[in-house]
Amino acid sequence: MRTVAFREALNEALSEEMERDDRIFLMGEEVGHYNGAYKVSKGLMDKFGERRVVDTPIAETGFVGVGIGAAMVGLRPVIELMTWNFSLVAADQLINNAAKIRQMSGGQFTLPVVFRGPGGSAHMLAAQHSQSTEAIWAHIPGLKVVMPANPKDAKGLLKSAIRDDNPIVFIEGEVLYADQGEIPDGEYTIPLGVAEVKRPGKDVTIIGWSKMVKVALAAAEALAAEGIEAEVVDPRTIRPLDEDLIVESVKKTGRCLILEEGWPFNGVGAEIAYRVGKRCFDDLDAPVERLTGADMPMPYNHHLEQLCIPDAPRAVAAVKKLLYLE
Amino acid sequence: MGASEQEVLAGTKSGAPGLPAQTDAAQLKTYYHQMLAIRRLEEALAKAYALRKFGGFLHLYIGQEAVAVGALAALKPEDYVIATYREHAHAYAKGMSARAIMAELFGKETGCSKGLGGSMHLFDASKNFLGGYGIVGGHAPIAAGTAFASKYRQDGRVTLCFFGDGSVAQGAFHEAVTLATLWRLPIVFICENNLYSMGTPLYRSMSVADVSQKALAYGMARDRFDGHDVLRVRDRVAEAVRRARNESMPTLIEIITYRFRGHSMSDAGLYRTKEEVEESKKRDPIAAGRDLLVKAKVDEKEIVEIEEKVRLEIEDAVQFAEDSGELPFEKLSEFTYKE
Repeated sequence: MRTVAFREALNEALSEEMERDDRIFLMGEEVGHYNGAYKVSKGLMDKFGERRVVDTPIAETGFVGVGIGAAMVGLRPVIELMTWNFSLVAADQLINNAAKIRQMSGGQFTLPVVFRGPGGSAHMLAAQHSQSTEAIWAHIPGLKVVMPANPKDAKGLLKSAIRDDNPIVFIEGEVLYADQGEIPDGEYTIPLGVAEVKRPGKDVTIIGWSKMVKVALAAAEALAAEGIEAEVVDPRTIRPLDEDLIVESVKKTGRCLILEEGWPFNGVGAEIAYRVGKRCFDDLDAPVERLTGADMPMPYNHHLEQLCIPDAPRAVAAVKKLLYLE
Repeated sequence: MGASEQEVLAGTKSGAPGLPAQTDAAQLKTYYHQMLAIRRLEEALAKAYALRKFGGFLHLYIGQEAVAVGALAALKPEDYVIATYREHAHAYAKGMSARAIMAELFGKETGCSKGLGGSMHLFDASKNFLGGYGIVGGHAPIAAGTAFASKYRQDGRVTLCFFGDGSVAQGAFHEAVTLATLWRLPIVFICENNLYSMGTPLYRSMSVADVSQKALAYGMARDRFDGHDVLRVRDRVAEAVRRARNESMPTLIEIITYRFRGHSMSDAGLYRTKEEVEESKKRDPIAAGRDLLVKAKVDEKEIVEIEEKVRLEIEDAVQFAEDSGELPFEKLSEFTYKE
């Protein structure tokens, strides 16, 4: 095992996959000469040159579409969005083209393309730069949505995403890039659609993904001090969703809290709550609870911003409510 | 009332129609066959639509046939073509059969897209026909992507991207052209200017009616000409294709044309005068294609043979579509994701 930062783990995945397969290229704003807005692509231009690490103008509709077209004719593009906030100007490409071409063509064209970049809030970036878009993309049949929480998952999942033959939305928590974590030495991949128990427990299941895994683990730690054993489940892939592992955990604990950074209305948590409610109806000792981002555009003010994002103290309080302790 | 074709074309160089020396009678017969088959195919589609054999949107190309047939005659089979929702002609001219197209519109499993795409989404990977797209301008970035792939692989292929005058106002068009010129991609953008974006004449949708002038801002080669003569279309597009293939330089071509029918089947065409439409029909590209055969001294009997062949081809396609089955619902989910 080695300890690397989240961004380095992603960089390793890109580098190893690009070495393996010439059809893979990286394209996006500032990915090359600038070495990446968040330094995920650091050194790749030096290693692979301008042919395979392609800087673009600020034209998301254009280069997201280029990724789709190149994938249609057999390349395997990795398209970096400087942040997923900017994906919204390319929504037509992602929704109407990437997700639908396979079906509209009767299965003649498949699109092995990864769209990746940072998502979620960071610090004081205000309403337009603090969005969690996974609920939007996971809504669309034809797209897969992947959201790693630590360096090990980031590398293994990105490699699998690049090898997958479908269009992938790969969202990297913007505040996770500097996080350090252990990763295995040598080659490994983590399959898409497989959740992981990040911490075992028997009293309550806390479901979270991306940076909400950290919130869930912090809450579980605090609860443990009070003798409450929380199990933390990380779906890792939002779509396809590993429903079985979630259900297995909730059947064991009888209680379920879902942490979601994004908005509550039609959120990913709403979908998970429905599935848990349906399959664990007889096992639940309390209604499924959600702790989500505030149902409003993100405020700039730091204090207000932090109150709009789920945190460990409120997760602890929500768990106690589920256990009828408060 | 909108500007006439003549007014729009004023100041545009467009050589007199005629027979270039290298054109042989066999080629002319092929072009005539293709244009006529496209016309008859679409007439059959309109009839079937009226009889409610299928529903949805149906955008006919009738009147514009020389553009698709001429432009695609300038390509090699391995070149890519991508088009709009008015793409029956481009699909046929790229080598797709009347059967596959007809069955697709009938929603049958034997259709080119298994009945999952319909009129607006014809695809054929084997013919390098990369589809018809229903969002105006949304396919232009994809075209830049296929051209990018050709340059990346150095495979010598050219991408032809067709779109209408209505696409030019879309941001996607601007971004696609921006990237294609910045990266010197082997692509030809062909604007089929039929003078109306749906029911809106040019002067109400564009500040500058000459679409080809947009190329100047990108530093891109441009061309602009009348699209009623299949040979002119072929030869002028061929220049741009050569530029793309040999110099990896994109071109924006504006071809002035006219659709005899409405935007779609539900369009009564009240925004155009009868006189304007009738005037345009005097310059029917298919009649012009027949004249070329006569000028080339092709025997009248041979011309009638082509026409009879086309009649049978389309009759057969309709029968094939009628007789074909539909994709069962149970099979549908396998087209959402590749396993």
